[in-house]
Amino acid sequence: MNEDIMIKIENVSFEYSSFIDESIQLAVKDLSLDVIRGEFLVVLGHNGSGKSTLAKMINGLIMPSKGEIFVNGLNTRDEDKIWDIRSTAGMVFQNPDNQIVATIVEEDVAFGPENLGIPQRELRKRVDDALETVEMTEYKNHAPHLLSGGQKQRVAIAGILAMEPDCIIFDEPTAMLDPVGRLEVMDTIKKLNKEKGKTIILITHFMDEAVEADRVMVLNEGEAVMLGTPKEIFRQVERLKELGLDVPQVTELVFELNNEGYTFRDDVLSVEELVNLL
Amino acid sequence: MLKDITIGQYFPGTSIIHKLDPRVKIVVVAMFIASLFFVTSFWPYVLIVAFIGTIISVAKLPLKFIIKGLKPLMFIILITFAINLFLTKGEVLLELGPLTITKEGLRQSVFMALRLVFLITGTSLLTLTTSPIALTDGIERLLSPFKKIGLPAHELAMMMTIALRFIPTLLEETDKIMKAQMARGADFESGNILNRAKNLVPLLVPLFINAFRRADELATAMEARCYRGGDGRTRLNELKFRSRDYVVLASMVVFFGLIISTRYLVS
Repeated sequence: MNEDIMIKIENVSFEYSSFIDESIQLAVKDLSLDVIRGEFLVVLGHNGSGKSTLAKMINGLIMPSKGEIFVNGLNTRDEDKIWDIRSTAGMVFQNPDNQIVATIVEEDVAFGPENLGIPQRELRKRVDDALETVEMTEYKNHAPHLLSGGQKQRVAIAGILAMEPDCIIFDEPTAMLDPVGRLEVMDTIKKLNKEKGKTIILITHFMDEAVEADRVMVLNEGEAVMLGTPKEIFRQVERLKELGLDVPQVTELVFELNNEGYTFRDDVLSVEELVNLL
Repeated sequence: MLKDITIGQYFPGTSIIHKLDPRVKIVVVAMFIASLFFVTSFWPYVLIVAFIGTIISVAKLPLKFIIKGLKPLMFIILITFAINLFLTKGEVLLELGPLTITKEGLRQSVFMALRLVFLITGTSLLTLTTSPIALTDGIERLLSPFKKIGLPAHELAMMMTIALRFIPTLLEETDKIMKAQMARGADFESGNILNRAKNLVPLLVPLFINAFRRADELATAMEARCYRGGDGRTRLNELKFRSRDYVVLASMVVFFGLIISTRYLVS
């Protein structure tokens, strides 16, 4: 297997039977994807597009109905390797309240590595380092319920980080946060990718969070309908709107201007880029 | 409103009592409770009061905290007092219609009420000086020898930790649901007890549904963080016996012996 591939998804489908008429539904349809080591991949899609199902399959929390997923070369179907897989590809969930276990911040960060049986001295170092990375060191003896949403989510990230995974999957980590909290969490995620070299899979429905990704995959009804760099994806404004997705505000502005007869480049993603262009 | 409830009533501090190993404190309190039942006359209570007084002053606990802890149990203390006062047979001191107060009854009722007060104070000293997390840790470690006979010590401690973790979260949620239902005209405060209970249904149903949803998500998150029971787990803060723990334990044994001996010294 290629050394540069962190996660290999091969022709994966996920079936479930509908509650209403017990018919077989497909949450994910014949999806294949290679996630490259160190990359920042964003998975976009509206509700029910199969994003969360995909994330849970990568983490070995649910098994694909068809196809295989390899995390660092390990098949998620291999029950003996499931703990290796989960500590290699850590997962951060949407609701920070429902993933914090302990009553003290540092105890919670230690929960993952404690489960892995890391010796105490190493454990202490990992917890301190993880809290340092997410900039929550000063809150290490606080009770989690007194923190803000963004702070809680950063504690949850530290809890995953302390397991020292190569890859972190974020399942809509900012969906329940206020704008300030969202910014804090996004900064942390970018930092993990750029400074710590972690492979990031970010699942989201906020288009603005996809702008700085290396690659973007768009899911629609369980199928990967688009895959490419943010510029390649967001220039297809009409296609995205057909899929019920937005584009970043700046891109939309350029799109509308071009419709009015202007001829700007169609791959503008940030305000700075547009300012330079003008 | 609901946020004011603090479970366990931990009073943070840095005294030696606070720093003692939680296992030692649990054992000391258990011995203290046991010793109370060995007391048969009034004068050993002097020792008990001295014991409680020493702990309170060393731990720098405000007295009003202790008294506050007694208030919710005042009713039970009064009932015990009354039952003992009126129902003990012996030399009659006073007759109030059908009720008689005897000399023995008076003695017995004061004695029992004091015993209850000491019991409550003694146990509250444990929760006042030990953080909930240290307490669960201590319980887990104390129970771990019983794992061999199938007692799920780790699981019990984990359940307690999670319960403690989610009490504030669920209280906050209750508050939110209450306000949401009140905004839609729900009334939680008037009517008789039956009506009030009925009115709680629109509060309890969403609360329970949410709690189950939370439980499901938490279980998934715990599994994603490689949780697989207590075997092979390490701990960030291992409990360690220090010399002060041995000293306290030894003093407690002496105290316990002293209380037991008072029983025989008198009789």
